[in-house]
Amino acid sequence: MTALAIEPLAPSARRIVIVGYGMAGSRLAEEIRRRDRSGERASVTVIGAEPHPAYNRVLLSAVVAGTMTPESVRLHDVDWAGQNGVDLRLGVTVTSIDRVARRVGLSDGSTVDYDALVLATGSKAWVPPTEGLQLEDGSLAPGVATFRDLDDCAAILEHARPGAPVAVLGGGLLGLEAARGLAGRGSLVTVVHPVGHLMERQLDPAGGGVLAKTLGALGIEFRLGRFAARYVPGDGLKLDDGSHVPADLVVVSAGVRADTALAESIGLTLDRGIVVDDSLRTSDHRIHAIGDVAVHPGTVSGLVQPAWEQAEILADLLTGVDPAARYKGTPVVTRLKAKGVDLAALGDVHADIDGDAEVLCLQDPVRGRYAKLVIRDDRVTGAIVLGAPDAAATITQLYDAKTPAPTDRLGLLLGRALSSAGAVAHSPADLPAASVVCRCNTVTKGQLVKAWRAGAATVPELATVTRATTGCGGCADAVCGIVDWLSRA
Amino acid sequence: MSVIDGQVAPGPGGLCQKGWTAGELLRHPGRLTTPLLHGQPVSWDEALDFVAARITSYEPDEVAVFGGGGLTNEKAYALGKFARVALKTSQIDYNGRFCMSSAAAAGIRAFGLDRGMPFPVSDLTDADAVLLIGANPAETMPPFMQHLTNSGRSGGLIVVDPRRTPTAEQATLHLQPRPGTDLALALGILHAVVADGHARNDYINARTNGFDAAWRIAAAWWPERVERVTGVSAADQRKAAAVLASADKAYILTARGTEQHARGTDMVGAWINLALALGLPGKVGSGYGCLTGQGNGQGGREHGQKADQLPGYRKIDDPAAREYVAGVWGVDPDSLPGPGRSAYELLDALGTEDGPRALMVFGSNVIVSAPRSGRVAERLSALDFLVVADFVLSETAAQADVVLPVTQWAEEDGTMTNLEGRVLLRTKALDAPAGVRSDLEVLHGLAVRLGQPDGRFPIDPETVFTELRLASKGGVADYAGVTYDRLRAGEALHWPVPADDHPGTPRVFLDGFAHLDGRARFVAVDHTGPAEPADDEYPLLATTGRVLQHYQSGAQTRLVDELLSAVPEVFLEVHPDTADRAGLTDGGMVRVVSRRGEMSARVRHVASIRPDTVFLPFHFAGDQRANLLTNPALDPTSRMPEFKVCAVRLEAS
Repeated sequence: MTALAIEPLAPSARRIVIVGYGMAGSRLAEEIRRRDRSGERASVTVIGAEPHPAYNRVLLSAVVAGTMTPESVRLHDVDWAGQNGVDLRLGVTVTSIDRVARRVGLSDGSTVDYDALVLATGSKAWVPPTEGLQLEDGSLAPGVATFRDLDDCAAILEHARPGAPVAVLGGGLLGLEAARGLAGRGSLVTVVHPVGHLMERQLDPAGGGVLAKTLGALGIEFRLGRFAARYVPGDGLKLDDGSHVPADLVVVSAGVRADTALAESIGLTLDRGIVVDDSLRTSDHRIHAIGDVAVHPGTVSGLVQPAWEQAEILADLLTGVDPAARYKGTPVVTRLKAKGVDLAALGDVHADIDGDAEVLCLQDPVRGRYAKLVIRDDRVTGAIVLGAPDAAATITQLYDAKTPAPTDRLGLLLGRALSSAGAVAHSPADLPAASVVCRCNTVTKGQLVKAWRAGAATVPELATVTRATTGCGGCADAVCGIVDWLSRA
Repeated sequence: MSVIDGQVAPGPGGLCQKGWTAGELLRHPGRLTTPLLHGQPVSWDEALDFVAARITSYEPDEVAVFGGGGLTNEKAYALGKFARVALKTSQIDYNGRFCMSSAAAAGIRAFGLDRGMPFPVSDLTDADAVLLIGANPAETMPPFMQHLTNSGRSGGLIVVDPRRTPTAEQATLHLQPRPGTDLALALGILHAVVADGHARNDYINARTNGFDAAWRIAAAWWPERVERVTGVSAADQRKAAAVLASADKAYILTARGTEQHARGTDMVGAWINLALALGLPGKVGSGYGCLTGQGNGQGGREHGQKADQLPGYRKIDDPAAREYVAGVWGVDPDSLPGPGRSAYELLDALGTEDGPRALMVFGSNVIVSAPRSGRVAERLSALDFLVVADFVLSETAAQADVVLPVTQWAEEDGTMTNLEGRVLLRTKALDAPAGVRSDLEVLHGLAVRLGQPDGRFPIDPETVFTELRLASKGGVADYAGVTYDRLRAGEALHWPVPADDHPGTPRVFLDGFAHLDGRARFVAVDHTGPAEPADDEYPLLATTGRVLQHYQSGAQTRLVDELLSAVPEVFLEVHPDTADRAGLTDGGMVRVVSRRGEMSARVRHVASIRPDTVFLPFHFAGDQRANLLTNPALDPTSRMPEFKVCAVRLEAS
């Protein structure tokens, strides 16, 4: 296949080639076009290995759960590239990069020249060396699927049947989302996790324990601190302690590795991923990297928020709209997207309760609640919030904005659980005289009492004298209560 | 409603304190009863001769007119006609631009037609779920709350407001977004609707266009991402989606809180998208609507006091509309001016090189109610000539060269079109004080002095209305079949009413929407955030609004002792922690500073407000004007200013 016909280049337009059409690459193309609608500043070529339009990887767990279709998680329509003046090459991969000639070679034999090259190749699933998971050629054994892209979802859904056993290898964020989705579809799910508690990157042991209990109540079983030793197709997993986990399907979600093959082949500086600076430049100043493949000291990979923020900054730089734009990192907030479980984890959660930071902790495993708040210099620097969704929302915003935490720390930790308790209705006797009963007409309890003493003994009479209840009528019960109270007194 | 001995007796719906005390204004000592020329009492002839002479000395577009959403339909119509025919100016707009314009623009974009509520308000009484966005009717329109009783009881009242208002306190679910992030919240709830399987695909396919493009955007706003931007928990977003979807009768209603933004049209569009995804509009027992802010907010925007509009909700740049209306008015279509500046742009241009040099204000107090009011006051003082028609000496009137004392609500006949598009006749209850004239008399007197034929600007409201009926005939807001007699007979007439024997249209979209293909349109809108985000220098977000006791700029209600003593001065609602960190105490004074100005307010600790947000009511004058702070960034479609969010800092004073 030859290059698609594209708009003639504006003579001064910069040729930008983006390798990768996932969440980072597609976003970068959008952000460039948002800044340069007409293509005057930049021509954009996007190279995507998968055959379909970009889709939202964050929502794959919803596809597995069956609440969304592959069609509905698409980020772009099929005509997106044409409508946005983007040269999109689908189903091809980059086979070579010539840094001197500034030319990439593609698997279809064509080449594309660049002024700026962006590597947004993301990461790929890591498959542990468990015996039997992979065939000799490196492909996955029958009944084994990773959980990374739309094809994986199709493979998972093909094998997952209601009532049939499924093993999930890995109790991290994605593994648990897959487990929850499959359990919701009626699969009998067992999660095998090599560490003693779930999501150990984001949770402390106590938090992980409450999470396991919550997920357990939804029908998921756990084998914690155990490795899978062997996989037998059609039978299941044998663990390192000799026990057996039956599985018609094994979903591997044991971590990811940055897809650095291309970068490695041309000698860019790597450190678990492609190392980038605040301008998102690699060790070659004409080559940039964003998203999961990039390593920047200000954030961790694997989440979409940093990738999208990087895309905005890089679009500012590549189009010249804001040459001073710099990426300073993204505070990471992890949210588990699993129906019936509300979990947020952010920042440094491992601070010790006896250490130098201010640490608040609440454990309520019976109700599936666990909250831990780490505060330094009056700012939230870490938190785990499980089962208290409104507290999670507030704490996240404090963390992002770096604003001082409320003085009422306990109220913050409990969210509405505390504030609504304060709003219990009083008996009229407890109400201060100055409190307004009828808002529409600013009538206080004191005025009503005075009017009652002056002879207005019924609600209609009080209404005539004070106008209470004559607006929205919402205070009728309260006025009635005051009449009852006064009549009894 | 009636007036007996200056006391108001309510109709069946009930009244709030403003209504009960409205009678006091009729005979208030602050009531104007004689024209003022440079502050001195003069006769009407002297005042009108002076105004006419001055106006004649300008080019048409050097004279501007600013109207109000409180004017009756007859006055709004006559004012628009007066501007185009007697003054021949394109420079006319009105304060409704600051009120309803974003909802109007979004309604037209989505449905092809703007009628605030395309269903009778009484339909809400049976609702089991109502999503109320940026509305605080418990304070601003208390009698309306009785329509929400059922939804409240069924656990279906959801209120979106950055503040825990009295309305929010009655809600089952109060969503408290960071100011300026409503659009993201709407996208998050839409996402939850689709992701949790609540979308009405049959309705979407049969009655709408554009879902896919709108969904592509919402798909990228999963509730957890929205939570981070808005502060509204993902669980609450999903709950809101589920409550609306599981209701038999669900409604989505917007008001100023979500409309008064520089992206207000898109914000309303996002809420309409949600309503469409749930299959609500255009059916009996569900829908989308907008709550009107002023007495005649609906009618006031239909008959020609908007810069781009002719009567009947016609567009002034539509040749057929020009020809038809010019025919009714007996003038050459080519003599009608084209579209003029929108409200803020008009005020901003006053006294500038290309801008108007003279301004006539009817029923508006722009010095207090317009955004960035320091700039507006400066522009007003740069004018050669300012005329204000009002019944009290408002802050704007106090600056005028000529003040014309006019009648108010109980002293004249006139129609209003309420929030549900129903035309109401308000009949005269008592005689105006001696020396006061109706706005129609004022316009007549000026028009004749400007050389217009005697009969072209009638002074009798019913005669004006009869002409309005003809001028609106065949338009979107068609009043042709509405007559005073039918209204006197108690008929409930919702426009369009195209003929005398037509029963009116209580529910507009049942058979189809007003676009040519009969379908409603999803609009692909994305969240971008407020025009002026908080930063280190101005770290808090200020939002403005109303209190129960005061109306609009407060020029009327601040004159009523009972209302003024309840809320005597401007206050700043602030979280106790935020106040404490700024060195402020409850009941003390604070300077509130934005990039555009600063003002003083009394500190009021409110533990339920977001710590990053402060609230100010806008009803007060002078150094207490909240609008000294507000940002005049304008919506690209509706030209609505961003009243509801600007960045400020607090200084102890």
